[in-house]
This record gives sequence, structure tokens and C-alpha cells, in this order.
Amino acid sequence: MMRQNFYTAFFAAGITLILTCLMVGVKLTSEGTELRVVGATAAQWTWIFGGIAIVFLSQLFRDQISAATAGIPRPNLEAILPAESVRSRLKPWLIAMVIVGLFIWPFMVSRGSVDLATLTLIYIMLGLGLNIVVGLAGLLDLGYVAFYAIGAYTYALLSNYFGLSFWICLPIAALMAALFGFVLGFPVLRLRGDYLAIVTLGFGEIIRILLNNWTSITGGPNGISGIEKPTLFGLEFNRRASDGGTTFHDFMGIDYSSSYKVIFLYLIAVVLVLAVLYVINRLMRMPVGRAWEALREDEIACRSLGLNRTVIKLSAFTIGASTAGFAGCFFAARQGFISPESFIFIESAIILAIVVLGGMGSQLGVILAAIVMTILPELAREFQEYRMLLFGLLMVLMMRWRPQGLLPSKRPHMELK
Amino acid sequence: MLQINNVNTHYGPIQALHDVSLEVKKGEIVTLIGANGAGKTTLMMTICGDPQATSGEILFDGKPISGMPTAQIMRQGLAIVPEGRRVFARLTVQENLHMGAYFRTKAEYEETLEEVLLLFPRLRERINQRAGTMSGGEQQMLAIGRAMMSKPRMILLDEPSLGLAPIIIQQIFQIIQKLRDDGVTIFLVEQNANQALKIADRGYVLENGRVVLSGSGADLLDDENVRKAYLGG
Repeated sequence: MMRQNFYTAFFAAGITLILTCLMVGVKLTSEGTELRVVGATAAQWTWIFGGIAIVFLSQLFRDQISAATAGIPRPNLEAILPAESVRSRLKPWLIAMVIVGLFIWPFMVSRGSVDLATLTLIYIMLGLGLNIVVGLAGLLDLGYVAFYAIGAYTYALLSNYFGLSFWICLPIAALMAALFGFVLGFPVLRLRGDYLAIVTLGFGEIIRILLNNWTSITGGPNGISGIEKPTLFGLEFNRRASDGGTTFHDFMGIDYSSSYKVIFLYLIAVVLVLAVLYVINRLMRMPVGRAWEALREDEIACRSLGLNRTVIKLSAFTIGASTAGFAGCFFAARQGFISPESFIFIESAIILAIVVLGGMGSQLGVILAAIVMTILPELAREFQEYRMLLFGLLMVLMMRWRPQGLLPSKRPHMELK
Repeated sequence: MLQINNVNTHYGPIQALHDVSLEVKKGEIVTLIGANGAGKTTLMMTICGDPQATSGEILFDGKPISGMPTAQIMRQGLAIVPEGRRVFARLTVQENLHMGAYFRTKAEYEETLEEVLLLFPRLRERINQRAGTMSGGEQQMLAIGRAMMSKPRMILLDEPSLGLAPIIIQQIFQIIQKLRDDGVTIFLVEQNANQALKIADRGYVLENGRVVLSGSGADLLDDENVRKAYLGG
């Protein structure tokens, strides 16, 4: 036992040595016109070897360490929640309270927090959409951001070229994204698992590269700027009204404040998220929701029951995509500027991480994870450079302690009378 | 009820079924026995339309079903219990059963659910349990129950005794007889030739993709060759 631990420890330390030497130990610096390789300073070497020693010792004594930490209670969210019967009675009240809270809250906090909350809500929408595809239907989609991009560009282009308003474009963007989901779905859904993941990954890149290169229409890497902000029944939130328009503060007879716009955007996001949640909840209780899960569990059994797998997969893909279209349209309206930069692979990865962290298939889990994933990086602003490192650390910790996700899914089920 | 006429099936260039013809009449239990790789499951899958037969025809209630897509075939009043049970592991028993009645109305579903639970009291006890946490025998019952949820006129069973304890196998075979008594026609594919032939009205023996022998269940049980090949002397 000890012997085996020694081998692993030695091996792990070796890998750490190689990696740290390459990444931290040697540096390429430019001196004048030449590039020179510079070794680490003595202090850095001390750190490197200190790190290697920690890896070595923790691997060597890992049995003892896990024995010692076994006593530490792990976060048990189940225990915090009240009993099932109490919960179902409290649930409608809680939901009502949360919804009311969501509407009142922005008037009491700073502009920055409202803005951050809006961003979080966008990610919640994306997480919920991808949750249908990955969590319920079990189709690993690594190019989800493409549908987000399609939603955003649909609004940006329609508003730029045809002057259509946000509210008209919102359903159009969702439809466009759904259409693309449908078109992509047809050839791709014959594939399974890894192959599906690779093709969707490719699709995500195709869309991004297309947007990047179709300069005449999309503006290429320069993106599209000056996208119209949403209006409230035609009332604008600008300081000065555009020709023929009325501004919100004039109409209400109050002074102009830029925070109205932020709060208004936030409220739209809340409404959109609630709408998405409502629709998805309904779908999950409908036979098609059950069919998604059945398909994830066993495709052959599904076919043996006469279910058409193509239709079921396509519906999951299309509905997931349309949710991203919604989110994209709103994103474009909020930013006022979009470029292909916003729709890189990392975005797909973050959305997927939200779904996985939340516990596949669980909506509440996805919401929690979206909050964690957007707020943590903001809190850890000083560690901006180490963001990806923290991200990785979070993943490792989750895999170690809660592999099933923050709140693993509990499906709604009917009770026998 | 089910008529298979000169069916040939290929997997790519390899021919798995050669001119297979057989018939299942209404209210019968017909069993198909054969060794591993004889083509039993292939025949079952061909009936379900995946893979499609390359030639020959399959009639269900006099209506040709060869050439239809699988999803459509499975809605004609035909149900299959696939090999290896294939229950939806992370769905509850009730949800599994509900999937079986996917194309039926709520009232029909509730009625059939009651019937199936009467047939399998064990499933009622486990109604809210996840299917994956049940024993093999219970999962097999669930798989049969799920197939029954569509109220099929005929049910295809692919190796229902696979990997089960002898006592459970007996229970399963009793249930199969009970289903027949309720008016469901049964086509049973089995390796457990002894048990299968005992309850079968008629049987077919498949070897290397060809039907080599057919007759009543009792006749086949007595047959010298069958005894030698499948019943251990």
C-alpha cells in the first residue's frame, strides 16, 4: 500500500516538475530585437520546489489525509432543506417571495450590482436552455454558443438594416436560432456521444468564423455597434429622445438617471428568465419532457416503444437553441455592441460548466451554478489572471466532493391516486 | 396474425437470414429457438424494421409492415420486449410504464396501468422506485409491463429469461402464459429451449439464419435432433 503510494507520489511529483519547469521555470523575453530564454529567479525556484514537495507529500500520505479529512462534514444541501411535505407546502410561497424580491431588489442596490445581476440572468437563460439538450436529452452540445450568437446577430442586423425594435426581434431571434438548431440537428443527430460533441464544436466555430469573415454584412471583427436599446411601449431610456420619440423620464416627469435603463434591462431579463422557466417546466411535465429523459437513458428501448428518436432529439435541440436565441437577442440589446469575440468556445464551455456544476437536468441547480459562475469571477477580480486556474480548481473540488452537481435533479413525477 | 414470407436480411455484405418463413396465429405462443448467432435476434429486429429485410415480406394482421419505419411499426399493435430488458434506469417504475403508453390518452393509460399492476403486484410495491435499482427479475417484469402499456395485440419477447435465477424464470414463463390467456399473441425468442417449448403451442428452430425445423412444442421437445442440440441429450 505504502509502496504503491510512493510510486504514485514519485510520478505525480515528476509531472509537476516537468509542467512547472516549462510553464514557470523558463521564460521567453524579448531584448531589443532578439528573443532570449530567461531562467527563473532563486525565489521562484524555491516556490517551484516547494510546490513539488507538497504534491509529493500529499500523494505519499494520501490515505492518512483522507482518513483525517473524512471527519470533516461535507456540504450537505439536502439536510438544510426542510422535509418533503413542508417543502411542497412552502414552495408556492417561496416562489412568490423570490419573484417579488427579484422585482423590488434592483431599486435598493447599486447600479453595478444590477448590471451584474442582468449578466447572471443571461447565463441562467443559457444554462436552462443547454440543460434541456445536455441534462435532459443527454446530447452533448459543445457549440451551444453558436445559437447565442445567432440570436444576438439576428437582432443586431435586423435593427441595423431594417430598424426593427427589440420586442419584434425577440421572437424572430428565437425562431432564427431554433431554425439553425433544426437545420444542424438533421444531419448531426445520427451521431452519438463524442462524435456529436465534435460536430457541434465545429458548428460553433463555423458560425463564429462566418461572422468574423462576412465583413460586408456583419462588420467582421469590428462587430456591430449602436444597437438599439429596448423601449417600454415606445418610451426610450436615453437622455434625449430620438426624432419622434419620447423618453421615459420626460413621460413620467422625473429627472433623467442612467440607472433607469440598467434597471429596466434587468427587469426585462427577469421576465425573460421567468418565461423560459415556465415554458421549460411545462415541457418537462409533458410527455415530450419524459421522452427526452427516456431517450437519454436508452435509445433502443425508446424505439421499441414506437417513439421517433429523430423527432424527440430535434425537439430538444430546437427548443434549447431557441432559448439561446432569446438570450442572445437580449445580450445584444444590453451590450449595444456585439462582435464575434463574445461568442468564442470558452462561452460554450462556461455554459456547459454551469449545467454540469448545477447537476445535470436540475433547473434549480443550474440557476445556482449560473449565479456562482458569474459572481465568483467578479468577486475575484484581483485574480483575473488566474481565472481559468480558479475555474479548474472549482471543477476538481466539485468532482471530489459533489460529483452529482450542486443540486442533482429531482424530476417531477405524478402520484398515484 | 404475423406472417413472415421468405425474408432475407443482410448486415452489409453479410447475410444473416436466409429465406426465413414462419407464421404466428392469433392467440398462440410461438417460440423460436436456436444457438448463439443463429439469427434469432436479427429476425426479431427485422420484424421491427431495423435492419430492414432485403427481400421477402412481413405481414402483420394481413398488412405488410416490412418497409415501414420502426417508429410506425411499433404503433401497429405490436410491442417488443427487447433483449437485456433495457428499462430506463434513472426513471421511476411509473415513469417507465408511462413511456410505454406514450401514444395513448390519459384515461387509457390509467386503465392499462391498473391492469399491468394487477399482473405484476411487485411493480406496484416499487412504483416510485428508480428502475435501475431493482433486481433483474423485477426489471424484466417492468420491461414486459412497459410493453403491455401500449395494449398490443401481439408481443415479441427477446430472451426474457436472460440472466435470471431459475425461480424467476419460472415466474416469467407463468406470466407469459397468463398474457396468452388474456388474448395476447406471443412470439418468444429463447435460448432456454426446454422452458420455452413447454409453454409454446408451436416452435421453430433457427440455425445459421435458416429455419431448419418446425412443429408443435411437444413434438420439438421429443425430437432427437433438438434434444441433442439444445436440451443436452
